[in-house]
Amino acid sequence: MNAQGYLRPDGRKGIRDALIVAYLVECAHHAARRIVDLADDPQVHLVGFPGCYPNDYARRMMKALVAHPNVGGVILVSLGCESFDREGVAAHAAAHGRPVETIVIQQVGGTRTAIEQGRAAVARVQAQMTASRVRVPLALSDLVVGTICGGSDGTSGITANPAVGRAFDRLVDAGATCIFEETGEMIGCEGPMAHRAASPSVADAIVASITKAETYYRTMGFGSFAPGNAEGGLSSQEEKSAGAYVKSGSRPIVGVIKPPERPTTPGLYLMDVVPDGEPRFGFPNISDNAEIVEMIASGAHLTLFTTGRGSVVGSAIAPVIKITGNPETWQRMGEDMDINAGAIFDGSATLHSVGAQIVDMIQAVAGGAETKSEAMGHREFILTYKAFEPSGPGCFPR
Amino acid sequence: MAPAVILLHGDDNVVVCCRTVEAGEHIRVEGADIVAAQRVALGHKLARRDLSTGDKVIKYGASIGSMTADIRAGGWVHMHNMKSDYIGAHLRDAVTG
Repeated sequence: MNAQGYLRPDGRKGIRDALIVAYLVECAHHAARRIVDLADDPQVHLVGFPGCYPNDYARRMMKALVAHPNVGGVILVSLGCESFDREGVAAHAAAHGRPVETIVIQQVGGTRTAIEQGRAAVARVQAQMTASRVRVPLALSDLVVGTICGGSDGTSGITANPAVGRAFDRLVDAGATCIFEETGEMIGCEGPMAHRAASPSVADAIVASITKAETYYRTMGFGSFAPGNAEGGLSSQEEKSAGAYVKSGSRPIVGVIKPPERPTTPGLYLMDVVPDGEPRFGFPNISDNAEIVEMIASGAHLTLFTTGRGSVVGSAIAPVIKITGNPETWQRMGEDMDINAGAIFDGSATLHSVGAQIVDMIQAVAGGAETKSEAMGHREFILTYKAFEPSGPGCFPR
Repeated sequence: MAPAVILLHGDDNVVVCCRTVEAGEHIRVEGADIVAAQRVALGHKLARRDLSTGDKVIKYGASIGSMTADIRAGGWVHMHNMKSDYIGAHLRDAVTG
């Protein structure tokens, strides 16, 4: 693999050198957005948390994000009276060697001043990032790769998802770390999944995560098997779930993590995204980007996003490679799609060849090549309220 | 030439149609020949071999349910002749829809 990464003080290597501007409550969103807009730099990204009430999950997520290997510098934008632990987040960024500045709108005198000071802070942080930049060779084994699906249709489980599974197998074999999630979409797969667990305790954690997902989604009043699924050829819940699950490939599942916990060794991990305890804050993840952000917080350098109908999103911090399984979507929305797994239908590609194409693209993107969504400026980000208990030691490889 | 079906895993006893397959169409799957018993749409499944009531339906190398009727190779496999085996930890309805 011929790519250069950005070496961070903790030894991780980034594939981008983003400066993130984080608003710590919706009231600071406008000032933060203006700071990003005025920077007019594709590597200055807007992230944030909208709520005023404290949330331990959001605090831990933000800490993980400011120390993410793709992040080289941080600016926090606070209104001043919100409860978000801005000092703790700033201290965490600084402890991880990231230049960090905090702008408190109520202290600096208001919106215009905050934006002006933010512009100056961007220039200072960028200068520090440039001065401290260390480039090092990247290997596949340095990478953490996540996968999700969104806008799925009858093609997803046949072409794009198994092709990602082939890519995951190759990545794991090369020593990379891979994360799959969507436990709510894998109800019925817990048996085969537990069979792939690297240890009995991981098998138990897999089954527990799926059982929790089923309980949670039923409480939300949300059933997964819809009439359209049957019209598309799906005959059972477990068949539908298998279509999502097949993105994970065939290698052993070495651990089960909850966001923003990080994998402790290379290999394949299941991310348990469903909150613990009584359902409190609504749906576990309200849209695809909430899932992408969680995998990024757990260390993902980039995300493989499979879609049938055609998603258009990218992400702040980490590139998104979009793979459509539907040849018609490729024709109609090619400007948003990086890889056409739909070519499997006309015989011009195979699961194996598309899997290889995905691995090639990961290497190119890790080396700096822009994905379609990156080139068009997609930098979506969403972080909302959730609650998790820490994972037990049995969830990790021994 | 576009393949008519895709075999997702070597252990599978069903194949998935990559396009609408016509009744009587001969399809090669891993060296074997099956004949579609009826018109089957993209995304739907054909039996790769003869299946009997109670047999597990294997796709992606994993069980996706059980046969509720006997069927010959080339037959359409769907909710009229298979059912979910999935028994939820909490509710047992609404999984075979």
